[in-house]
Amino acid sequence: MKIAVLVKEVPDAAVQKRIDPSSGRLDRSGEKNLNPYDTHAIEAAMQIKEGGAVEVDEIVAVTMGPESAVRALHKAVSLGADRSVHLSDAALAGSDVAATGYALAQVLKRESPDLVLLGQQSDDGECYTIGAVVAEYLGQPSLTQVIKLDIAGTELTCERQAEYGYDTVKVTLPAVISVGDAINEPRYPSLKAIMGAKKKPLETVSVGDAEIDASKVGADGSNVKCGDFKAPPSKSAGTIIEDDDTDDTVAKIVAWLDERKLLA
Amino acid sequence: MSNILVYALHYEGAFNKNSLGAVAEASRLAGELGGEAHAVVVGEGISDELAGALGKYGAKKVYKAEGPEGLAGPVIDTLGKLFDGGDYEYAVFGGGLLGFEIGAGLAARIDAGVTMEVTGVNVVDGKLAAERPILGDSSISTSRYKGKGIIIARLNAFEVKETGDGDAPVEAITTELSTQAQQANIVTRGEQRGADVDIEGASILVAGGRGLGKAEGFELCDDLAKAFGNNAAVAATRAVVDAGWYPYAAQIGQTGKTVAPKLYLAAGISGAIQHKVGMQASENIVAINKDANAPIFEFSDLGIVGDLNKILPKLTEAVKARKG
Repeated sequence: MKIAVLVKEVPDAAVQKRIDPSSGRLDRSGEKNLNPYDTHAIEAAMQIKEGGAVEVDEIVAVTMGPESAVRALHKAVSLGADRSVHLSDAALAGSDVAATGYALAQVLKRESPDLVLLGQQSDDGECYTIGAVVAEYLGQPSLTQVIKLDIAGTELTCERQAEYGYDTVKVTLPAVISVGDAINEPRYPSLKAIMGAKKKPLETVSVGDAEIDASKVGADGSNVKCGDFKAPPSKSAGTIIEDDDTDDTVAKIVAWLDERKLLA
Repeated sequence: MSNILVYALHYEGAFNKNSLGAVAEASRLAGELGGEAHAVVVGEGISDELAGALGKYGAKKVYKAEGPEGLAGPVIDTLGKLFDGGDYEYAVFGGGLLGFEIGAGLAARIDAGVTMEVTGVNVVDGKLAAERPILGDSSISTSRYKGKGIIIARLNAFEVKETGDGDAPVEAITTELSTQAQQANIVTRGEQRGADVDIEGASILVAGGRGLGKAEGFELCDDLAKAFGNNAAVAATRAVVDAGWYPYAAQIGQTGKTVAPKLYLAAGISGAIQHKVGMQASENIVAINKDANAPIFEFSDLGIVGDLNKILPKLTEAVKARKG
C-alpha cells in the first residue's frame, strides 16, 4: 500500500506572528519549521510501515506552499518519507481552507494513496479542518484527533477523544486521518537521513500539472474573504512573580488568595 | 434564502451545551436576516419530544434523520441534502470535534466558505460576518462569505438562551448514506477511562499539565486540593489525560469539560488555546510554570515563574496552616 502524508511549513513557534498590513495575509517571513503535528503523522506512517501488519511500498510527503516549503519536505523525508511532492504555483496564493483542500485533493488524486495522514492542526492557521475538506473532495471518510491507529488489511481501527469520551471507529480504506500529538513520539532524524534528504526524489507540481481548476483557488477562487483586523478586547495584565525565594513567593500567593477571600 | 441550518449533537438523550448555544445564536441571526433557524438531529430512534425541545432555544423547525451517531459522514449527507433543497444560505455549529469535522466536510460538499474558532457573528449588509481570533488571539479577523457560509464556533462562544416559544415541529427525513459515510463505523462511543471526578461542581480547581513531569506529579495537585478542602478538586489537561496520568473525567478544554470555578490554579500548564477555551471563564486564574513565555501568563491574574516541585508543597503547607 501507499501512504501519503500532508505536511505544512509553519512559522517557528518562537517567532512573533503578525498580519502583513498591505496584503491582509499572515506575514510568513522569518524562521520556518515543519508543523510539529505533522511529524506525528509521519511517525504514524513509519510505524505502519515497520509494524508489518501490511506491506507499505512507499510513503510520500505532499505539501502546498511557496518555494521555501521544500524545507518542510526535506524534513519530512529525513524523518522517513521516501519521496515528496511540492504543489507550488502563484495562482494558489491566498487560497482559503476549502480551496487549499481542493488543490491538495487534486494532487492526491494523481498519487491515489490508500491512506492519507496529516497532523490535526497547524501551528499557524486553520484548526482541525483541512483533513475533512480533503477527504470530501476525494470522496473518502475522514477522522480527526486520532490518538491510536491499528491497521489490518484495508481496515483501520482508530481511537480518538471526542465530546463525551473516547470513541473507537473502524474505517475502511482509502481514508484521510488526522492525528493528535498523543499518538506517538516522533523519532529524531539521523544525521545520515538529514544529509540524504535533499537527494530523495522531489517533484514540483503546478496548478496545470494537477488539473486544478484555477478559478477555484487563490484569493479570487476562495469563498471566504478575511479582513478588518482588530485588536481583541483588552484584559488587564496579571501580576507576575519570579520565584527567587520560595517562602517569599508562597507568602505572596497566600496574601493574594486572601485578598480575594479564596482561603475563607 | 436567508434561513440558517444548525446541527445539534446529542448523547444519551441530552443535547450538547455548545449545540444549544449554536441553535440560540442561529435563531438570533436568522431573525436579523429575516429568516428562520432550523435544527438538524441525526441519531437512532430520537423521540419527537427530544428533537422538538430545540424549539425552546429558537429553532422554528427540527429535522430528524435516522443514522449512526457520533460520526461526521451521516450528518454531512443530511445537511448537504437540505442545502440542495435551496432554502439555506448558512450553517452554524457549536464548537467541538463534530463541529470541525462536519463543518469542514460540508463546506467542501456544498462549495461554501468556512470559518472555525468563531467567537462572534454579526449581520452586515444583510449577510453574516464571522469574527475569529487569530495569531494566538492577538488579533481578530472578520470573515465574509461570497455565497454560502459555514460558521464553526469556538467552545462557549455562543450563550445558551431559551428564547423560543416552546416545542418546534419535527419533520422526519431520510438520508441515503454516501459511500464514504458507510466506510466509517462507530464501535464504541463516549468511553470513560479512569475514575469519575466531579470538576464541574468544585469552586476551586487545581489543574495539572505536562509540566508535572510524570503521573506521580499529580500527588502535588491532590495534596493542594485537599488542603483547600471539600469544595476543591483536581483537573487535568488533554496532554496528561492522553498520557494516562489522570482520568478523562477530569479533563478541561476542547474535548473535555468547561469550567468556571472561583479559583483555577494551573500547575505546569502552558495554556494552549484548546485548554484556554475550557477554563477562561474562571473568576481567578493563578498559573505556576517554569517557562516565562508560556501563553498561560497572558491570561492569568497571578503568574508565578518557577519550579512547581518547590512551590506546590510549600503552598500546600501554607494553605493547610491558614485553614487550621
